[in-house]
Amino acid sequence: MNNQFEPVILGFLCNWCSYRAADLAGTARIHYAPNMRPIRVMCSGRVDPQFVLKALREGADGVLIAGCHPGECHYVNGNIKTIRRYLLLRKMLKQWGIEEERVQLVWASASEGKQLAEAVDRMTEMLRALGPLRWNETVLGQPGINGDMAPAETLAEEASA
Amino acid sequence: MTTNPEKPKLAMYWAASCGGCEISVLNLGDRILVIDEIFDIVFFPAIADFKYDDLRSYPDGYIDLCLFNGAIRNSENEELAHLLRQKSKVMVAYGSCAYEGCIPALANLTSRDFLLNTVYVNQPTNDNPNRIMPQPRYPMEEGVLELPAFYENVHSLDQIVDVDYYLPGCPPESHQVWAVMQVVIQALTKGSPLPPKGAIIGAGEVAVCEECPLEKHEKTITRFYRPYEITPEPDVCLLEQGLICMGPATRNGCGALCPQVGMGCRGCYGPLPGVVDQGAKMISAIASVIDAGEPGMEEEDIELAIKAVIDTIPDPAGTFYRFSMAHSLLFRAKTDQTST
Repeated sequence: MNNQFEPVILGFLCNWCSYRAADLAGTARIHYAPNMRPIRVMCSGRVDPQFVLKALREGADGVLIAGCHPGECHYVNGNIKTIRRYLLLRKMLKQWGIEEERVQLVWASASEGKQLAEAVDRMTEMLRALGPLRWNETVLGQPGINGDMAPAETLAEEASA
Repeated sequence: MTTNPEKPKLAMYWAASCGGCEISVLNLGDRILVIDEIFDIVFFPAIADFKYDDLRSYPDGYIDLCLFNGAIRNSENEELAHLLRQKSKVMVAYGSCAYEGCIPALANLTSRDFLLNTVYVNQPTNDNPNRIMPQPRYPMEEGVLELPAFYENVHSLDQIVDVDYYLPGCPPESHQVWAVMQVVIQALTKGSPLPPKGAIIGAGEVAVCEECPLEKHEKTITRFYRPYEITPEPDVCLLEQGLICMGPATRNGCGALCPQVGMGCRGCYGPLPGVVDQGAKMISAIASVIDAGEPGMEEEDIELAIKAVIDTIPDPAGTFYRFSMAHSLLFRAKTDQTST
């Protein structure tokens, strides 16, 4: 057993392309990082930015969204909605101090099991380099969100130190 | 002040706020006289000289209705929130700050140290070579001087104490305040039921767009404008004209006042029912109007076209969470990277 950091990646995979790509990666016995927890959604356009924020808040180190290539969406343009949301979300997350690599969008058609596996491998390596996110503990402090509510005395000591 | 034992007791307090909420109550106009007739005002620093000791001297549950406005940003705000909760039967988070953090909570995008340094050290007009900062406690010969301690984060009221109702708005519109006061008065005088605990009162249940009369078409845009850059066409949806309008992600109740005068909705009535994170919903809404180029374009070119539009939004976090930072999913930014 080694002690290297194993990031938790939450994967939102579209039903028509990327979830099948993940299936294919499995049936083709492709070896890739086991760090992604896949969740099947009907379309990558179903991924509400709230899902991504909630995942990051509740312990994920990264979120991977995967869908059909532009022009190949089962619902014509669901993935065009995804890419617009994703690019805006990524710009906004930078302001929250969240590194760009933590939220990624990849296109993987049903035949691209290998590409999906490689994307998961790549992302896992990137997150290993970045280290854990652990939003609740490192950003919000323990216990819970009121962690900074130290009594006035403690804050006074801090301020005068 | 003399108190009338027959009348129900009213309190209003400002924590981290601007005073606009008090003005919104005074905006009731001569209906304020009805409020005065029905209620006995027992604590209201904006309009009468009450001391914190007066409040401490009241028995628990003495106040029938407490309108608490302002976010929780320092130890004084927190102390008064606890004290008022203890003394009040019904606690209303009045206005956007108490409800969800509002403008003060934008400080959660940076750190306490960064704010203090900005104000007391780094301004060009500051001359503070010894980096003297306000101290919460300062012992001197004559005794100890105390100031409220400044917290790292800004919280909404319900993150500190139990809240019975939320009245959104920055500030709440006076017709909504009046409607709420009538419900309360009916409950106190005639025993009619109050809304269920935790309800958002004095607001609608749909998006601002639903009550906005501007004409909406299905249209995408290739850039956004800041309000000073263009004079919008009257009668046409501002989002279609490239002005950021929070209407699609914001609860109605205000009468869509801002869009009707050419200023995009700021989002002060908070998220829609069932939505946790107003900013995330706004990302979805605004993404729908971004132009993604022609069908059949290469994947890289689509991305470049979208990025060019997004580059014209200078501050998405501050814009989409202008009022709801304290209630957002992430609550605050990771500041070791953003505050330096």
